[in-house]
Amino acid sequence: MTVATEMNQTSPDKLLAPVLSAFWDQPESWTLETYRRHDGYEGLRKALAMSPDDLIAYVKDAGLRGRGGAGFPTGMKWQFIPQGDGKPHYLVVNADESEPGTCKDIPLLFANPHSLIEGIVIACYAIRSSHAFIYLRGEVVPVLRRLHEAVREAYEAGYLGKDVLGSGLDLDLTVHAGAGAYICGEETALLDSLEGRRGQPRLRPPFPAVAGLYACPTVVNNVESIASVPAILQQGKEWFRSMGSEKSPGFTLYSLSGHVAGPGQYEAPLGITLRQLLDMSGGMRPGHRLKFWTPGGSSTPMFTDEHLDVPLDYEGVGAAGSMLGTKALQCFDETTCVVRAVTRWTEFYAHESCGKCTPCREGTYWLVQLLRDIEAGQGKMSDLDKLNDIADNINGKSFCALGDGAASPIFSSLKYFRDEYEQHITGKGCPFDPAKSTLWADQHLEAKA
Amino acid sequence: MTATPPSPSVALGMPQLPAPAYPAETHARLKADAEAIIARYPDSRSALLPMLHLVQSEEGYVTRTGMAFCAELLGLTTAEVTAVATFYTMYRRKPSGDYQVGVCTNTLCAVMGGDAIFDELKEHLGVGNDETTEDGKITLEHIECNAACDYAPVVMVNWEFFDNQTPDSAKRLVDDLREGRTVEPTRGAPLCTYKETARILAGFPDERPGAVEATGGAGPASLIGLKLAKGELPQQRVVHPRGQDGAPDATGPAPSPAEHLSSHDAPQQTAPSDPENPAGPVTGDGSEEGK
Repeated sequence: MTVATEMNQTSPDKLLAPVLSAFWDQPESWTLETYRRHDGYEGLRKALAMSPDDLIAYVKDAGLRGRGGAGFPTGMKWQFIPQGDGKPHYLVVNADESEPGTCKDIPLLFANPHSLIEGIVIACYAIRSSHAFIYLRGEVVPVLRRLHEAVREAYEAGYLGKDVLGSGLDLDLTVHAGAGAYICGEETALLDSLEGRRGQPRLRPPFPAVAGLYACPTVVNNVESIASVPAILQQGKEWFRSMGSEKSPGFTLYSLSGHVAGPGQYEAPLGITLRQLLDMSGGMRPGHRLKFWTPGGSSTPMFTDEHLDVPLDYEGVGAAGSMLGTKALQCFDETTCVVRAVTRWTEFYAHESCGKCTPCREGTYWLVQLLRDIEAGQGKMSDLDKLNDIADNINGKSFCALGDGAASPIFSSLKYFRDEYEQHITGKGCPFDPAKSTLWADQHLEAKA
Repeated sequence: MTATPPSPSVALGMPQLPAPAYPAETHARLKADAEAIIARYPDSRSALLPMLHLVQSEEGYVTRTGMAFCAELLGLTTAEVTAVATFYTMYRRKPSGDYQVGVCTNTLCAVMGGDAIFDELKEHLGVGNDETTEDGKITLEHIECNAACDYAPVVMVNWEFFDNQTPDSAKRLVDDLREGRTVEPTRGAPLCTYKETARILAGFPDERPGAVEATGGAGPASLIGLKLAKGELPQQRVVHPRGQDGAPDATGPAPSPAEHLSSHDAPQQTAPSDPENPAGPVTGDGSEEGK
């Protein structure tokens, strides 16, 4: 292979595809004026020239799949909304970004909130909704400020309110701040929360498309899914399908974090690999090597350095035994204790379990007890099978996906790092020094060099 | 038989009296705000979460009076309101400081140094988790993942982002807050008090001039992919093999504690540096191999 081809295959301008992030570096990128300068609200004009049903078919044909984790086709979700039923329809945007490791929607909304608002107007026109909600997690006030301002600008410019751009569509948009509960990222818990209740998941069916917010037909979409719609309308479904694969078309935000040289957001066609992302961004932090990573947040089974070439799309990651999830690529190097990492994630799930169903509420509690003992060097070998057994009693037997998520790090870490658990037990303690994992651990070395 | 004396914390007998109402003037002011919130929703009960933020902006925490106020305006029982108020972690249930300093100790931030930052702040401020300094300025908390993992370790003050923190920078931050110096986040607006923050969360936009545009557009980590794609390559980092000795530099940041007590106070009786540790002192973690 020639050097030129090699360069070509790894050069960032070929591998990356900034769309949503394309003008984040422009001055005042969050304003309506900047957004309009970059074709903002042009996708909406094209959408309004179509019939709502044609619009739904167009988004379905484009192949856009949910970016919040499950990967359900967005157009199909819209299509499920019964039409002519005489009930109000609602669009609820899930901006409750809380999955550990996930950090794509918050920077997107901070830098480019209008892409979401334009997508909301398009979606509401398609599903015949006149009231949409953005459920933003409460702990991100800087983003809330920009959403308040962007919504104000959009009303003033006639993209929201009565008779949007003369289309006859009346649309109100309410920004709703949550109050701190990971479970509200689950769509039915989110709806209960938005109705002013404890955020606990609902039994399905009925699905939200039939009985969602206020028991009316409701579409719940992730921020990135909705924000991707204007670009599809503006540049065409063929353009969208030219990226990614047949079953996972399009572009998406990959969030690289942890012990890497270049943490941050990388927007690329679906199917890029972690190796490609690391190669272009300087790799792991100097002098260290990858030990384990998550493809899409802590709820997706972890990978190791054997999985560097797994295509990061829905099928590729699934075939390798995990899930694409939120594309939150948390990378940990060899200084990191996997038992410590899993214990902390499990403490998180136990804390965030809503308490509605027994397997998750009790199971996560007991997992934490066992893991803390193991981490502290007080575990027994039989605890490892017990961990697996408890995780097995949570996985698939809980009310919602939080329980499955809690089981994922347990199963996957025992699969790849059982020997490390055993070391904690036989050595009666943790063999790792946490000081070596910190951001500043190697600073004295860099200073000397 | 061994009869256990009743715990003094268990009060039997008469139920608690209803919470006192807000003074008339406060009630009228909050009622106008609450009505504006209720008008945003097709169903009034949806206003409950923002209204709890609203009453928190009045008193700094959710009081029984505040919950009774929500119940009154929404036609709910106080039990229904209490059930919701106690479910969500952002509603405080006791008086707290002007500034909530939250250190992310979820796995990634914890590993990257969040645990060390949290431990040092506890010692520096002389308070534990969810406790407030004597001067009433700072409430220290450990928080869960706040969607800023590419800026780890992250500290939030009144839910504004302080990215890429170290123990030293975090200590400077809390010192500045206690001494009333102006503190600006990495991403977000100049700090207001917790009560003022709660009002924004209730859905009332921040009216301070410059608040929306403060700290500019996307942060540096958010832009890294875009810059690579545009050929504006960031400076290449030199890859150093790690040193053979691994001795900490006296001038570097204070070493984090050898043991990593979890923020949830998991027991930990052994530590790598502890000579009693049966595993023996840590001699290597692969660092000798260089790159």
